[in-house]
Amino acid sequence: MNYIEPHGHMVSRTTDDYERMALAGCQAICEPAFWAGFDRASAQGFYDYFRQITEYEPKRAARYGIAHYCWLCINPKEAEDVQLAEEVIGLIPEFLNRPGVLGIGEIGLNKNSRNELRIFERHLQVAQDHDQLVLVHTPHLEDKLKGTRLIVDALKNFSGLRPERVIIDHVEEHTIDHVLDQGFWAGITLYPESKCTPHRAIDMLEQRRAERIWMNSACDWGISDPLAVPRTMQEMRRRGWSPEMVRHVVWDNPAAFMAQSGKFALA
Amino acid sequence: MKSWTPPQSVNLADLGFMDARSKLIDLAAFLDRVQRAGQEGDFRVQALKRAIGLLSQEAPGRAREVLLSFSDPSSEPVAKAAMQGAIGACPP
Repeated sequence: MNYIEPHGHMVSRTTDDYERMALAGCQAICEPAFWAGFDRASAQGFYDYFRQITEYEPKRAARYGIAHYCWLCINPKEAEDVQLAEEVIGLIPEFLNRPGVLGIGEIGLNKNSRNELRIFERHLQVAQDHDQLVLVHTPHLEDKLKGTRLIVDALKNFSGLRPERVIIDHVEEHTIDHVLDQGFWAGITLYPESKCTPHRAIDMLEQRRAERIWMNSACDWGISDPLAVPRTMQEMRRRGWSPEMVRHVVWDNPAAFMAQSGKFALA
Repeated sequence: MKSWTPPQSVNLADLGFMDARSKLIDLAAFLDRVQRAGQEGDFRVQALKRAIGLLSQEAPGRAREVLLSFSDPSSEPVAKAAMQGAIGACPP
């Protein structure tokens, strides 16, 4: 069955991964801008990174018949250097009209600091000013609950950003209801150690009837699995899911959300 | 939006018991290991033991309750991020 990987950091993955994902049925990958594993020294480094994910990575994906889309931002992990963050945010509008750019992301919070919140709100302003979709990263582990609440509160201050055009990613059992009940979309990330296992993801999907939810591997340079989505599809089948409902989660839902960009289109 | 069709009923114990059993034994062995090493006072181990206590509740929602028990209960942003990673339990 074909599927969409709505969150993968492919600049960190090998070409072998593209091939394996294509063999597993992946038709499109969406790449949010991300932390490189170290703090970049200048805005020029981000300029080149934005070129990489808007120009080069789509060509690499296309060799395997996979469509490639991306999101732009500076990650909250680099928000403590406010001057650098402001410079990077200033670069973003230049790239927004490129064909594969879906919106602003993955923005959000990491350690729930004041500077992270300030830079998050600066990104939201850009999204509102340019009528962009928003992809939000929620913090890890012990910081997730507090961060998710701060993020939802901040989003409510931007009346031009409609909840149905915002997805809040990396939800778990203690944050998913807060996100969905406010009208936002929710993303479930499948990680081998942190975040969510396939069975927990399926539990949440069943409890929320798979409405306004996508799931992703968020594969990057860390411990992660680019085939996490098809592995979870297999578990869904073992748990009695019909092919139509599996497709609803791995194709219809991400396609419906990202089609709001006006750029995302798959046959 | 496609209407929700519930999955067919399957035997979830058949599907998940061995995996859950294995994880529980691993957890027990971990607690034995840190105790033998004299490290059971670590705040993360203490947080784990508190969370284990939540598993015996009768009402569903155990996963949510465990996650809540590991979470930072504060609500105000911190002045500055002192680190970039996360630990998994809230430091004392």
